[in-house]
Amino acid sequence: MSTAPTSGDPYLVVDDLTVRFPTADGLVQAVTGLSYQVELGKTLGIVGESGSGKSVSSMAVLGLHDRRSAQISGSIKVAGTEVVGLSEGRMRELRGNAVAMIFQDALASLHPFYKIGAQLAEAYRTHHPKATKKEARSRALEMLERVGIPQPDKRIDQYPHQFSGGMRQRAMIAMGLINDPSLLIADEPTTALDVTVQAQILDLLQDLQQEFNSAIIIITHDLGVVAEMADDVLVMYAGRAVEYGSAKEVLTRPEMPYTWGLLSSVPDVAADTNARMIPIPGAPPSLLDPPSGCPFHPRCAHREKVPGDLCRTELPELLPAVHGEGHLKRCHLADPEAVFAAEVLPEIAPEMVEEKR
Amino acid sequence: MTEDATIVEPGEERESFEELVKHTHSANELDTSAPPVLTVENLRMYFPIKTSLMRRTVGHVQAVDGVSFVVPKGGALGLVGESGCGKSTTGQLITRLYKPTGGSMTFEGHDLASISNREMKPLRRDVQMIFQDPYSSLNPRHTVGSIVGAPLRVHDVVPKNKTLSRVQELLEVVGLNPEHYNRYPNEFSGGQRQRIGIARALALQPKLMVADEPVSALDVSIQAQVINLLQDLQREFDIAFLFIAHDLAVVRHFCPEVAVMYLGKIVEIGDRESIYANAHHPYTQALLSAVPDVKQAATGGRRERIRLTGDVPSPIDPPSGCRFRTRCPIAQEICARHEPPLLQIGKRHKVACHFPGRLGEHPREPLTARLLGVDASGQPDPGASPATDLVEQPGYADTWFDLDGKTIGRA
Ligand SMILES: Nc1ncnc2c1ncn2[C@@H]1O[C@H](COP(=O)(O)OP(=O)(O)OP(=O)(O)O)[C@@H](O)[C@H]1O
Ligand SMILES: Nc1ncnc2c1ncn2[C@@H]1O[C@H](COP(=O)(O)OP(=O)(O)OP(=O)(O)O)[C@@H](O)[C@H]1O
Ligand code: SF4
Ligand SMILES: [Mg+2]
Ligand SMILES: [Mg+2]
Repeated sequence: MSTAPTSGDPYLVVDDLTVRFPTADGLVQAVTGLSYQVELGKTLGIVGESGSGKSVSSMAVLGLHDRRSAQISGSIKVAGTEVVGLSEGRMRELRGNAVAMIFQDALASLHPFYKIGAQLAEAYRTHHPKATKKEARSRALEMLERVGIPQPDKRIDQYPHQFSGGMRQRAMIAMGLINDPSLLIADEPTTALDVTVQAQILDLLQDLQQEFNSAIIIITHDLGVVAEMADDVLVMYAGRAVEYGSAKEVLTRPEMPYTWGLLSSVPDVAADTNARMIPIPGAPPSLLDPPSGCPFHPRCAHREKVPGDLCRTELPELLPAVHGEGHLKRCHLADPEAVFAAEVLPEIAPEMVEEKR
Repeated sequence: MTEDATIVEPGEERESFEELVKHTHSANELDTSAPPVLTVENLRMYFPIKTSLMRRTVGHVQAVDGVSFVVPKGGALGLVGESGCGKSTTGQLITRLYKPTGGSMTFEGHDLASISNREMKPLRRDVQMIFQDPYSSLNPRHTVGSIVGAPLRVHDVVPKNKTLSRVQELLEVVGLNPEHYNRYPNEFSGGQRQRIGIARALALQPKLMVADEPVSALDVSIQAQVINLLQDLQREFDIAFLFIAHDLAVVRHFCPEVAVMYLGKIVEIGDRESIYANAHHPYTQALLSAVPDVKQAATGGRRERIRLTGDVPSPIDPPSGCRFRTRCPIAQEICARHEPPLLQIGKRHKVACHFPGRLGEHPREPLTARLLGVDASGQPDPGASPATDLVEQPGYADTWFDLDGKTIGRA
């Protein structure tokens, strides 16, 4: 069990979620014991490297895993309704209505043979069976306009391949928002887009959130996006939460070496030119046979600071961090703040160390 | 996929943080005394658009339309800009994947633009390319040894019985286990595959490397490994880089000099400081302001930024005058009538805009009107005498327009 980083009435509560896939090679432990929550009007950012379970955990919220191949345990409550084990019929009512998802690959999730407008109208009619065709079409047009598609009256009758990458992404967002969902999950909504288009789409998400007070989960590998968009951040490694808290706490006073690794492996456009890009050594772990103890221990450059062989033998619990209310971290280090300040910060942001003096 | 049978390299055994840092580099520095290794002048590439039936040419994609720049020996020039602006095409022209429509590319006394494929062959050794995609750029049916050894065989640089030992040396240089020469690409992770591509490009000890998005397909945690490796190699073997990437922060780290492209043209070029701290082109300013900043976490919320509306126009039918004008927040009449010349406005800083200035300080009157012999709206001005030396030159002149002092600056 984890405590929430913020108080209030969370719209989504994920508690001890575990998702496993039996495969020919063995059991893939994609998500293990994951807990988090999101309130209306707030944004949660989920970060972590490829294969860390970001998409699998979010797809569970929408009940998108095949019941025959995925083993799911734990609890996911959307506005108080338990989603784990919910019938497919009830789930479909929820999906695209109360909860919507913008997928990683926009082209793959738009149907290539149907016009954009028709797909949007269909999404609307599914949850508004009383709406006429004409009403649905005008709603589709309105949404295309809202997401900033130029000349929406012409574009509405085009096919996905006639849209540019950024326009397709915006069409996906229009599709996700057409039924005014209370919870929107955006899985890498801007990866592969140019920074200028990315900025437009992030603006759009923020405007829409302000207007509808929706809860947003944004999955991304870009910590800059998290810093600018998210209220809370969840850092995932090997299917588990390794650090969780407000974006400010997690990004300015991180306490877990993997989070340090993420921060130090990307340069900043405004960084001191003495800053280094420090790689996380090694490769991501196998989820068929996750490492013993702390899942990060085979790649961790700080484990010799932990007495004994604890990192290799004992899984650290997700416990309150030294600093910050509701800030949680999964690491055995006794004084992470000191290590971060003395070793990591001077290399990745020398100018910050100067300022503090 | 984490299920890949990823091989752990000897260099990747867990090190202490201190040791880890020792193997990294801070940002590359500019050496202003380095002579050019590549000088590109007015380079153009127009791809013909043909009808499917008659193969008649009905138009052209102006992918690269008159770019000029210099890559210094052992240095690095970054090429940035939005998708489709012509970055890869520029790189492909330099490695002569295509023969350019016009312009020149002087490398070691040869014009790569005009020489024949046969004359080009010995030069290919000196100009190598690293590709964006570590998955599709390596033949899955060839062993790592045969991939890295192929250029050695083609160019006949080492005796046959020495190829293997040279391949193993190269694998070691890029931090792979030399014993793994007989494995196949799918046995390696993305970052390791990119290293194989780098080893292949290194095999012939090139003087110039064109790196087209060398890290953008890699997970963030792996990008730093590859960037540091490229920095190692650059220093050790004095290799010059044309470094193409859309990630402005990575480019800033790797490249002491940067060119910003928009729709086939360079709109601003300069040293790191001029581009990142003193950009004068509204497009560069918009690009920079759109990059999300981790430091923003301290205050929360988004940074103030310049909103660009609309999509990038087509290079088949680019806008008249300044190509950026359809999205430019400060465009005026003259922008539709005349193309702004690339003016030198600092010791190592050039910009192509009628209204160049720092963010929020763009002049009201076009700076270029007199030079072009027109009035402020771009109509012909019989009283003005147009400058005759506005032809774009690679490199920098000793004198420039000092915008702050409204005088001629001198080196
Ligand atoms: N249906 C499935 N069957 C078996 N394994 C699966 C299945 N779906 C996902 N996985 C595995 O679960 C793990 C987590 O995958 P997930 O897609 O959540 O990663 P991610 O964090 O979203 O990564 P990325 O950043 O690459 O999108 C991966 O190892 C993946 O291979
Ligand atoms: N072989 C070709 N035939 C016709 N048009 C081409 C060809 N190669 C590229 N183009 C066009 O030339 C323009 C420039 O393409 P290029 O690949 O150089 O862009 P880029 O800047 O590398 O973009 P990205 O960031 O997406 O890689 C584009 O409009 C592209 O469609
Ligand atoms: S628990 Fe140990 S191995 Fe894991 S991150 Fe902390 S110090 Fe590193
Ligand atoms: Mg994913
Ligand atoms: Mg390209």
